[in-house]
Amino acid sequence: MTLKKSSINQTVDKEKFVKEVVSVYPNKVAKKRLKHMVVKSDCESPEIEANVRTIPGIITQRGCCYAGCKGVVIGPIGDMVHIVHGPIGCSYYAWNTRRNMFRSREDGQNYLNYCFSTDMQDSDVIFGGEKKLRQAIQEAYDIFKPKAISVHATCPVGLIGDDIQAVARDMTQKTGTLVIAFNCEGYKGVSQSGGHHIANNKLFEQVVGKDDSKHVEEKFVVNILGEYNIGGDAWEIERVFAKCGIRILSTFSGDGSIDEMRRSHQANLNLVMCHRSINYMAEMMETAFGIPWIKVNFIGVRGMSKSLRKVAKYFDDPELDRKVEEVIAEEESQAEQLISVHRDRLKGKTAMLFVGGSRAHHYQELFGDLGMETTVAGFEFAHRDDYEGRHIIPTLKPDADSRNIEELKVEPDKTRFRPRISPQRMEELTSEQLLGAYEGMIPDMNQGAMIIDDVSHLELEELILSFKPDIVCSGIKDKYIIEKFGVPSKQLHNYDYSGPYAGFRGAVNFAEDVDMMINNPAWKLIHAPWDVEPTLRAETVA
Amino acid sequence: MKAQAQHYVSTTNSCKLCKPLGACLAFRGIEGSVPFLHGSQGCATYMRRYIISHFREPMDIASSSLGEKSAIYGGGPNLKLGLRNLMIKYRPRLVGVATTCLTETIGDDTPRYVREFKEEFSELIDNCESPELVTVSTPSYCGAHMEGFHAAVNSVIDQLANDYDKTDSLNIFPGFVSPEDTRYLKEVLSDFGLTSTILPDISETLDAPALEHYEKLTSGGTRIEDIRTMGGARASIEWGRSITDSPSPAKTLMDKFGVAMQCVGLPMGLRETDTFFQVLESLSGMATPQKHSLERGRLVDAYIDGHKYVFAKKAVIYGEEDLVIGLTSFLAEIGVKPVLVATGTSGKRLRKSIEEVCSGILDKPPLVKADVDFYGIAADAHKLSPDLLIGNSKGYRLSKELGVPLIRIGFPIHDRFGGHRLLSIGYRGAQNLFDIIVNTIIETKQESSDIGYGYI
Ligand code: SF4
Ligand code: SF4
Repeated sequence: MTLKKSSINQTVDKEKFVKEVVSVYPNKVAKKRLKHMVVKSDCESPEIEANVRTIPGIITQRGCCYAGCKGVVIGPIGDMVHIVHGPIGCSYYAWNTRRNMFRSREDGQNYLNYCFSTDMQDSDVIFGGEKKLRQAIQEAYDIFKPKAISVHATCPVGLIGDDIQAVARDMTQKTGTLVIAFNCEGYKGVSQSGGHHIANNKLFEQVVGKDDSKHVEEKFVVNILGEYNIGGDAWEIERVFAKCGIRILSTFSGDGSIDEMRRSHQANLNLVMCHRSINYMAEMMETAFGIPWIKVNFIGVRGMSKSLRKVAKYFDDPELDRKVEEVIAEEESQAEQLISVHRDRLKGKTAMLFVGGSRAHHYQELFGDLGMETTVAGFEFAHRDDYEGRHIIPTLKPDADSRNIEELKVEPDKTRFRPRISPQRMEELTSEQLLGAYEGMIPDMNQGAMIIDDVSHLELEELILSFKPDIVCSGIKDKYIIEKFGVPSKQLHNYDYSGPYAGFRGAVNFAEDVDMMINNPAWKLIHAPWDVEPTLRAETVA
Repeated sequence: MKAQAQHYVSTTNSCKLCKPLGACLAFRGIEGSVPFLHGSQGCATYMRRYIISHFREPMDIASSSLGEKSAIYGGGPNLKLGLRNLMIKYRPRLVGVATTCLTETIGDDTPRYVREFKEEFSELIDNCESPELVTVSTPSYCGAHMEGFHAAVNSVIDQLANDYDKTDSLNIFPGFVSPEDTRYLKEVLSDFGLTSTILPDISETLDAPALEHYEKLTSGGTRIEDIRTMGGARASIEWGRSITDSPSPAKTLMDKFGVAMQCVGLPMGLRETDTFFQVLESLSGMATPQKHSLERGRLVDAYIDGHKYVFAKKAVIYGEEDLVIGLTSFLAEIGVKPVLVATGTSGKRLRKSIEEVCSGILDKPPLVKADVDFYGIAADAHKLSPDLLIGNSKGYRLSKELGVPLIRIGFPIHDRFGGHRLLSIGYRGAQNLFDIIVNTIIETKQESSDIGYGYI
């Protein structure tokens, strides 16, 4: 390769690149897309457009509201039956396509590998599908006797006017099993994001805080929110926490159990992993039960250590501090031993990340551990606060799409609200940005890095040509496009069926996998465009 | 799955995919085409990810990305905007617009929108070298992926083919076969000296080589010029016993332009392939070229050499209707006993076709189940205690439960490598399948025995 990679950020004229990349669009589209691309500079954090409608005909990575609700937040709860109300495809496509894992608890209930659908036919579309839905719920109940059943509406359901909430209420009464209905029709909102919010709302209203039967005695008890246990991530986090003597009461929702979620209001701290998909829950639980939350990042060796220290700081207990430091020292040195060989081969290489609503941020930390630099990053369905930090939330104006998603009015729970720490300490930790804070992705990026929201297929191609990354992290939809360019692509939704990547051991797995990808001899047989074409698409400055 | 055989209203672990997915696959087999789904963007995203997990190739599907407002007031403006953006950026030669459940439910008149688009944007369309715009109606609440596949091919024919020129060419409608199958088919046709148009042709578009220069739209696929002339062809050959009663591209060409048609079963195994080769012999006026008759001979030889391994083994077969018919025909003739043949769709001709392909070989045809899901298949399979499962990756859990091997064929195959390169048609495909089956049985025997046979 002709260019020195570590200086790539200085060599691509980004202003020019942006102009060129949007120039292929019709004018109006170009204007819109421009606002989704910014360069990190010395001055203040730039403003980026996000969470707005995708332009039709532009091939996007984004999915729908239903995907965010059923696919992301609710689906991973393994001891519930999830019924998709709609035609067959929507349910089929969300059947084990995400690699969230689940281990049965003592009761042995595990429905993760099932795909339940009402498989609507034309007569249901014409005459209404409520009857079929009722029957489907009854059948699921009769066959499996699950602890709870969820119902997810797909596009046609909202349009034909099926009242799935009424059906859920009736069937809850009739079966004595909780049936929760989610009006997450795919056309709602602009992406998966609306579905996350809908899922958070219903879980909060109907599940969280509903079981006081088992009193939780311990002090160091946390919930992890927004961790989906892809490839077993949650289990690695659990291992480390257990070693530190911290109990994880409930995980939302990877390896999630409905029973544990019902008791989750008894935790003393919430740890938010994926801010985008679950911050609503963190906020609502704080208001209702008095549980503060901390934003964490368990990806990367240093990320993991930093997060553990945040937790220790919150609990303010010398014994816990000592334990946490001991665990960090031991785990870091073990991980470092295994990672260093890979770092030698990966140092100075560059990565681009286009994933989800938090991973594009989280994995920068891990690439940092490997000595690699992130040159361009962007989310698929994040909001501005995930880029710029929560301080901008008050300035966000609701638009027609966001207004469609209900914002719950939450009050402190009369019997269950309990302040976890003194008001002074609360204030102190809040002002230190430990509690209730997320600064977003942009502040953590290097000067000169580019940020692109909701990247389109075409932009991705141009980015590869101009920035010449050594690896691009994305999802399955882009993977083979990227690899046709001769550039390895790591899927960060399903980890290319590897993992776990979280925590200390996860970081080692990731280092191995990335090294194997980038340094695989097969790449020598195919050439990246800049190896065969000396003329670059976006010009470089000397 | 401790299932009982009982009829349920709900579907548990479906054995079919949705209709527009099939349409997208078919459109992708046309040169320079981009499938376009008129609906919310979720459908396009989901289908892309599914198709990609099977083919491990890029698969672009555009969407009109309808939101709540368009769901209420109609999706015309979004559709037009989407087509415009797509054309400017991708310069496709054809855009295949398929509807989704959303746009069908709200009653969008998609063909009208497209007509309006052509009028309103005629200049743009000219500037983009006049790509073809084909529409197909694909609500998933009536019909599944194979119906969508056939409907898309039929729409392409209906909207593009003419008979201005009479040609000597043949039309071949293979249905949904693998890229490798398609490559084999081309070889056979050329060995017979026949010129032909195969629609669709995914041999390159969904199994593209690594190139020095990245192509935005993969090359290959049926040429649009060739599709236009299909109305003037000598004859059409259509594969699949299941489509005889429904509208089909070959029938459309016969009705509109009087093109003679021959419908043969998916050529799997010796007998169905013989039938297909006989058709080619009569159309080409020549005997089967020696290369292929030798392949046939070797296949028969293999059947004989391998019969002791496969004879009387019981198989459960599931998947697309034509595929399971072809497989049943093949398995019956090699001595495997199909005990259950299942498909997720209504399968109107399934039972009859299964009886036809088994007649003269099996004393009684296997249990045939249409409109069934994996819950139902599992219920029957547990009772039938098969030695083998044959079908797509979705049967993996069942195979694990039963402790019997799964031979992967069909769509989707996402837990094995190279599923899209599987050759299963013709004499060569039968040979390939036969070897796979025999070896799977041998392997199972070897693994499960403590003696450790070195020769089997
Ligand atoms: S709405 Fe219809 S077209 Fe879209 S994914 Fe669902 S079944 Fe398929
Ligand atoms: S129909 Fe709606 S809910 Fe189903 S996949 Fe498509 S956009 Fe999502």
